[in-house]
Amino acid sequence: MYFFDPHIHVASRTTDDLQALARAGCVGLGEPAFWMGYDRTAAVCFYDYFRQLTEWEPKRVANYGMAHWAWVGMNAKEAENVGLAREVIALLPEFLDRPNVLGVGEIGLNKCTRNELTTLEELVALALARGEQLLFHTPHLEEKYRGTGMILDLLAADDRVVPERVWIDHCEEHTIRPVLEAGYWAGLTLYPTTKMTPERAVDMIEIYGPERILVTSSADWGPSDPMAVPAFIQAMRRRGHDDALIRRVVYDNPLRLMRQSRNFQG
Amino acid sequence: MAETASSGNPLDKDFLQIRARLIELAAAMDRVDRGGGAAGDPRLEQIRRSLAIVAGNEPNRAEQVQMEFSLSARG
Ligand SMILES: [Zn+2]
Repeated sequence: MYFFDPHIHVASRTTDDLQALARAGCVGLGEPAFWMGYDRTAAVCFYDYFRQLTEWEPKRVANYGMAHWAWVGMNAKEAENVGLAREVIALLPEFLDRPNVLGVGEIGLNKCTRNELTTLEELVALALARGEQLLFHTPHLEEKYRGTGMILDLLAADDRVVPERVWIDHCEEHTIRPVLEAGYWAGLTLYPTTKMTPERAVDMIEIYGPERILVTSSADWGPSDPMAVPAFIQAMRRRGHDDALIRRVVYDNPLRLMRQSRNFQG
Repeated sequence: MAETASSGNPLDKDFLQIRARLIELAAAMDRVDRGGGAAGDPRLEQIRRSLAIVAGNEPNRAEQVQMEFSLSARG
């Protein structure tokens, strides 16, 4: 079955992963800007990272017959440094105008601090002023419930927000309901130990249906599984779901979301 | 064989794995319910008794859970 992985950090993955994804039926990858595992020292480092995401990684992915789309933003971890974040935000318009850049992401909260929230508010303001789609990273583990609530509050307070142009990622059992009820896209991240398993993602589809749900690997530089979407497809089949429903989640849904961006080229 | 004790709080190493397995288990039990439940199925009672063993304070929980799922040699 053909599928997309709309959230994977290609810059952190090897060509072996790209080869395996392509052979498994992956036709395209979405790559949001994020934390590379260490704090960068200057805005110019982000400038080069955004160039990597919009110039080099698409070529690397194209070698395996797959498409590549990017999101640019200031990740929640480095957002704590508000001064640096402002310099990075000033770089974003140039990249948001590039082909195949889908919007502002992944942005969000990590420890839910005042500084993180300040940076987040400025990122959201930029995105809304430009009519960009938004991709939110919600915090990990014990911070997830609180951080997701703070992000939903921030969005609810601005009437320029168009819910179907907002993707709230890394939803789990205790956060998915308010995200879907408010009309946003809910991302399910299949990630060992700290997030979802394929079986639990299937549970979410069975409980909430496929509307506005995305399944991704979010594979990065840490322990993660670039083959998470195929694992989800297999888990859906094992549970007796037909190909039409599976395709809706892994192909139609991501395509529908990505096509909403003005710079999407399919 | 001597028991070995690792240094430091063992939860530092195992907490996230235990947490993940608890959520996995909770999701699996929800799945059983959604599938129509399993009222009267003796395996459900085995699971409930095992969970009580896990939540208890005996030092040989794994052995006890194994015995919960074992046939007796004495019939
Ligand atoms: Zn990510």
